Amino acid sequence: MFHSLGKYILLLRLSFRKPEKFSVYWAEVMREMVSIGIGSLGIICIISIFIGAVATIQVAFQLISPIIPKSVVGTISRDSTILEFSPTISALVLAGRVGSSIASQIGTMRVTEQIDALEIMGVNAPGYLISPKIISGLTMIPLLVIVSVILGLSGGYIACLLSRDVPPSEYIVGLQDGFNTVTVTVCAVKSIAFGFIITSVCSYFGFYTSGGALEVGQSATKGVVYSCIWILFADLVISSLLL
Amino acid sequence: MIEVKDIYKTFGKNEVLKGISATLKPGKNNLIIGSSGSGKTTLLKCIVGLHEPTSGEVLYDNENFTKMDFEERVPIRKQIGMLFQNSALFDSMTVEQNIIFPLNLFTQMSVAEKHERADFCLERVNLAGKNKLFPSELSGGMKKRVGIARAISMQPKYLFVDEPNSGLDPMTSILIDDLISEITEEYQTTTVIVTHDMNSVMGIGDHVIFLHNGEKWWEGSNHEIAHTDNKELNAFVFASKFMRAAREKL
Repeated sequence: MFHSLGKYILLLRLSFRKPEKFSVYWAEVMREMVSIGIGSLGIICIISIFIGAVATIQVAFQLISPIIPKSVVGTISRDSTILEFSPTISALVLAGRVGSSIASQIGTMRVTEQIDALEIMGVNAPGYLISPKIISGLTMIPLLVIVSVILGLSGGYIACLLSRDVPPSEYIVGLQDGFNTVTVTVCAVKSIAFGFIITSVCSYFGFYTSGGALEVGQSATKGVVYSCIWILFADLVISSLLL
Repeated sequence: MIEVKDIYKTFGKNEVLKGISATLKPGKNNLIIGSSGSGKTTLLKCIVGLHEPTSGEVLYDNENFTKMDFEERVPIRKQIGMLFQNSALFDSMTVEQNIIFPLNLFTQMSVAEKHERADFCLERVNLAGKNKLFPSELSGGMKKRVGIARAISMQPKYLFVDEPNSGLDPMTSILIDDLISEITEEYQTTTVIVTHDMNSVMGIGDHVIFLHNGEKWWEGSNHEIAHTDNKELNAFVFASKFMRAAREKL
């Protein structure tokens, strides 16, 4: 385990060496941003609306009582969406979508000698392949989480409109009631940390792939599994430290 | 000129290279031959720095490559062109982007100059006009030729070729061999070719090194191979009926 951790840290150090040419790396960062950000937008939109709607329905089911104001449903849905559902569930989904793609892309490049070709040319392969992905993950995943929060809360509103358990106006009042900005800070910190974990862990497994097509698949699986575990661990640490 | 001095390479307990020394001269096709598992590709990877030798030295024009760190190796790497067994073209890039990739990173050429260079390299390998194709749209022989075009785009001083004929038909193999040979002569590159194709050995082998069980077993030119009494080399070279018949006619 310590051997792998050491290799991971060394790979990260190599990834952030001075680029051979900034413009070439910048073009890669832009390409990765489109791939991670725009490419994941659809799935994030779909899961966010459904998760927001389901969370609101379930909270309403458990809290509807004559002594509890109905606006509480909106408050609880808001906090759960900002603190947990949007950053963590989005990150777990992105680990599957983005992480597996990163690990299999780099893994395929490794087994088809494309990484060797880069090294022969004198290119810092970890820098060229991994740093644009990490930078894109650090910037695009928080943006996707912001979209997810907005759509999650919108999903809750739609659920209120359709179910009529909670009047939409009460839901809106609940969303605005007792808003604590710390939840947004926690959400931002989590999304940045998760972005880093997904891109760096999956890049690590892709970069150290050896063998053939079977091993590329195994690297992608390992990348996703380890990313998910680290996301959940980081979720616990960040929540306990910041809340 | 590349000098290989007493190279050893072990993977765990498996000793793959056992004290190999050789001098690889410029303007010559230096062929490393041997049966599968004899250590040819490992030797090539030690020479280009993809593997670090367990002991021994590799000198590029008297500069000790093995003792250099990544940054120090970059100036030498810029003078290296390599054609991989499976071409190793970047899948996400077109043929032209593959060729101008090293130019983008290491030169200050203008866009027009880079396109001009790509056109020249493609013309040199008889693939003019194929700039916009992706590697997935090319045949095996075309991929090899694009690999050569990419390898020569930086006008290398050292050209390394790993199994240039694997998976190619005899006609295309000869075409690739001739192309490598012409480039070696034209640019006076120190060309190192790993192969077990006897047509290549007999056709372009100016300097042949035969490896057997990780050791250098024989060294000479392709003309000398037919007359050697080295038992292992004879078994390797004249394994086919065709080659045995050809030897009898010599």
